[in-house]
Amino acid sequence: MIKVKINGQEQSWDGDPDLPLLWFLRDEAGLTGTKFGCGQALCGACTVIVDKEAVRSCITSINDVAGREVTTIEGLHPDGDHPVQKAWRQVNVPQCGFCQAGQIMQAAALLMDNPKPSHDQIREAMSGNICRCGCYQRIENAVHLASTGV
Amino acid sequence: MNFIDNPGKLRGFEKNIKVEKVSRRSILKGLGITGGFVLAAPVMTRQAFAYETGAGKMPHGVVVDPRVFVAVAPDGTVTILAHRSEMGTGVRTSLPLIVAEEMEADWSKVKVEQAHGDEVKFGNQDTDGSRSTRHYLIPMRQIGASARTMLEQAAAKRWNVPATEVKAVNHEVVHSASGRKLGFGELAADAAKESVPAIEGLKLKDPKDFRYLGKGQVSIVDLHDITTGKARYGADVRLPGMKYAVIARPPVTGGKLTSFDPDAALKVPGVEKVMKVQGWPWPSKFQPLGGVAVIARNTGAAIKGRDALKLVWDDGANGKYDSVAYRKDLEEASRKPGLVVRQEGDADAALKTAAKVVVGEYYLPHLAHVSMEPPVAVADVKGDKAEIWAPVQSPGGTREDVAKTLGIPEGNVTVNVTLLGGGFGRKSKCDFALEAALLSKELGVPVKVQWTREDDLHHDFLHTVSVERIEAGLDKDGKVIAWRHRSVAPTIASTFAAGANHAASFELGMGLVDMPFEIANISCENPEAAAFTRIGWFRSVSNIPRAFAVQSMVGEIANATGRDQKETLLALIGSPRIVKPNVKDLWNYGEPYDSYPIDTARLRKVVELVAEKGEWGRTVPKGHGLGIAVHRSFVSYIATIVEVAVDEKGKLTVPRVDTAIDCGTYVNPERIASQIEGAAIMGLSLAKYGEISFKNGKVEQKNFDGFQVVRIDEAPLVTNVHIVPPGPDTPPSGVGEPGVPPFAPALMNAIFAATGKRIRALPIGKQLEA
Ligand code: FES
Ligand code: FES
Repeated sequence: MIKVKINGQEQSWDGDPDLPLLWFLRDEAGLTGTKFGCGQALCGACTVIVDKEAVRSCITSINDVAGREVTTIEGLHPDGDHPVQKAWRQVNVPQCGFCQAGQIMQAAALLMDNPKPSHDQIREAMSGNICRCGCYQRIENAVHLASTGV
Repeated sequence: MNFIDNPGKLRGFEKNIKVEKVSRRSILKGLGITGGFVLAAPVMTRQAFAYETGAGKMPHGVVVDPRVFVAVAPDGTVTILAHRSEMGTGVRTSLPLIVAEEMEADWSKVKVEQAHGDEVKFGNQDTDGSRSTRHYLIPMRQIGASARTMLEQAAAKRWNVPATEVKAVNHEVVHSASGRKLGFGELAADAAKESVPAIEGLKLKDPKDFRYLGKGQVSIVDLHDITTGKARYGADVRLPGMKYAVIARPPVTGGKLTSFDPDAALKVPGVEKVMKVQGWPWPSKFQPLGGVAVIARNTGAAIKGRDALKLVWDDGANGKYDSVAYRKDLEEASRKPGLVVRQEGDADAALKTAAKVVVGEYYLPHLAHVSMEPPVAVADVKGDKAEIWAPVQSPGGTREDVAKTLGIPEGNVTVNVTLLGGGFGRKSKCDFALEAALLSKELGVPVKVQWTREDDLHHDFLHTVSVERIEAGLDKDGKVIAWRHRSVAPTIASTFAAGANHAASFELGMGLVDMPFEIANISCENPEAAAFTRIGWFRSVSNIPRAFAVQSMVGEIANATGRDQKETLLALIGSPRIVKPNVKDLWNYGEPYDSYPIDTARLRKVVELVAEKGEWGRTVPKGHGLGIAVHRSFVSYIATIVEVAVDEKGKLTVPRVDTAIDCGTYVNPERIASQIEGAAIMGLSLAKYGEISFKNGKVEQKNFDGFQVVRIDEAPLVTNVHIVPPGPDTPPSGVGEPGVPPFAPALMNAIFAATGKRIRALPIGKQLEA
């Protein structure tokens, strides 16, 4: 039996220990905010925070996070008012929105690690997250805004 | 109405239509043939409005009825239906906003609900062709005005005063003479009893009183849900008892399953069943390709199970498709005369006597849509009833196709439209929803079919592959006196009918025969090209290769004559005029030519605006270059200036992009900007990396490592969007697609300015590294 804390709640799994965390979250735990975009750690749509680090849940097995703390977009802030979320709304970042949970989790992890990232640091840290709609200019502006206070 | 300009082919095609049972919708929608009828009410007549649109000619036309689209609750909440699909353009906000504006509803008290697929009830729902605002600005205003009028009438009756004395203002109806007021909620029950006013007598608001339209102050309705993970896309639908499926499809289009061994797959924990999926013979329109489905308790198990399947395929005739060889075939075809689709003067003779001939042969490979959300659908089929949840651009078409595929009446099919995680034309084809329907029917439980990214790349309805060859003849003063453009590419029509080897009229009309330059001798030709895979609409469609070729050629002519790119471009556009190409049945994005002609004054204007705002001619650092391009598509006019920087190693960056757009009357400038910013990214992606190639009939790229798209660290540092203010009664025109075509040629012209290298084959790949 694998035990893992997700958004503060203890969850357990006794199926395939190799099951990617992404599919556990989405299909077994019903937390569909985390998205599937590639399954190969190439797009960032599935990004969640494990302890304090952004990870790609599509290549992270449920076993890899046993006993650890996973935060998904649903658990980032109780009212959805994390500075990154607020900044995202202020800048009107999303188009289709499908990549945005991953983008927001990646940005939140970046700011935990580096509260005042430079332009280049933002671009580097966010470069694993694809936005096919092309919201990059606004993503960059929103991360900057979140880091300077919303 | 002609499908192609070759009577012989036309006959053959008609026969194929019958054989293949291509539905009216597919013909109407897919092949640019107009017809159909207006169901409830015509769009506003010319006396009332300065323009007509092609909305009434879409399948099921337009419905203008406030009872269908608007509900007012006693607590004052106004619910407005969005009947078009949201894939990132903001349409789910923009159209209801138009209704709210016109009915004087307070947007903070408006709820938007998504309509399911029902075109008899809602009118056409095909969210493609950059049509939503241009077809629905007036109908949505009429719906809002009707609702407002009904509320006003109800209040006037209550107060026993003439209706002319009352006025709806921000969610209330006011009788200013007596100072009385009633909220929309208080009037809801009475207003519902009022008869719907005739469209002809409706009084629309004076645009100067607009609170929302044209202002850009309203955020999209899903913004909060998107940023908190609550927004529901196709993949997020979960039903009790639902099973998860992935499908192994024939690796070659038109291939068939020979045999399969499910044993290893069935041993994967969580896998419950392995079963065959029905496929349709190629060309199969939007029908499933067939294959083997793995059914599991979650998607992860289904994918793992599929990896363990042993499969033997018969690749069939398309197994020989090879992109390297095919490119040579296209190039050869482009060097020989082909079907003439536009002729003015005598280009052959003029090219012979020209002082100089500039020749460019431009290649653009297949492109994949890779919407961020791969295709996915949930179906629940019970007996002769089916319910679908899917991110589809064509809810009405999906309903028709599900009914046909399952052999049940259309009225028994409910299509729930979720948010779309990107569409770009891919989700106009509902094959993934049909797969889910077939599996659910067989299993008797709800089924979700999830496509992986590999599936998406391997079984897309790809953007075509093309060679565009242009020969421009110059006189001794450098004036262009002859223009011959041969366009060779497999056609979208090949997805509907075997043997369709020439461009459909709608493809010809996207940047080939509608070319706006003022040149005495013009010949446009369309040599044959056969298709060996599924070809489909990709955001802005044939405009991408055409604009790439035509606007690159402008840069080449500028270079050949030693003149400025922008001046060369304006000289080619010529005098301000309405262009009348000598083309039989010119396809004009389905719009009447009177309302939406090719107007070179507007084309010139966006060039001049972008040149001014984008500081054309500014001094740029060494290794940088500026390029410009303009293109009319989806009846909008767009010009782009790209500044590129190329370092000694050939690494390319884009410090600045400026785009000017004239899309006529608009609703939400903030979303226009976001579409144009995104179009620059998509343009840069296809220019730098865009290539799907085939070997032995199979797509070579597997995921985002093989089919790359631009990431944030290579995005333009800034994209500025300049919107042309509309004149009074300028009809609205497209926004979602037109931003893409001018980007790549502006970039190529910029690269030439920076490096002296002319890139004629996309993607750029390593071409700058030598
Ligand atoms: S789905 Fe995990 S990185 Fe793309
Ligand atoms: S908003 Fe559509 S993929 Fe990013």
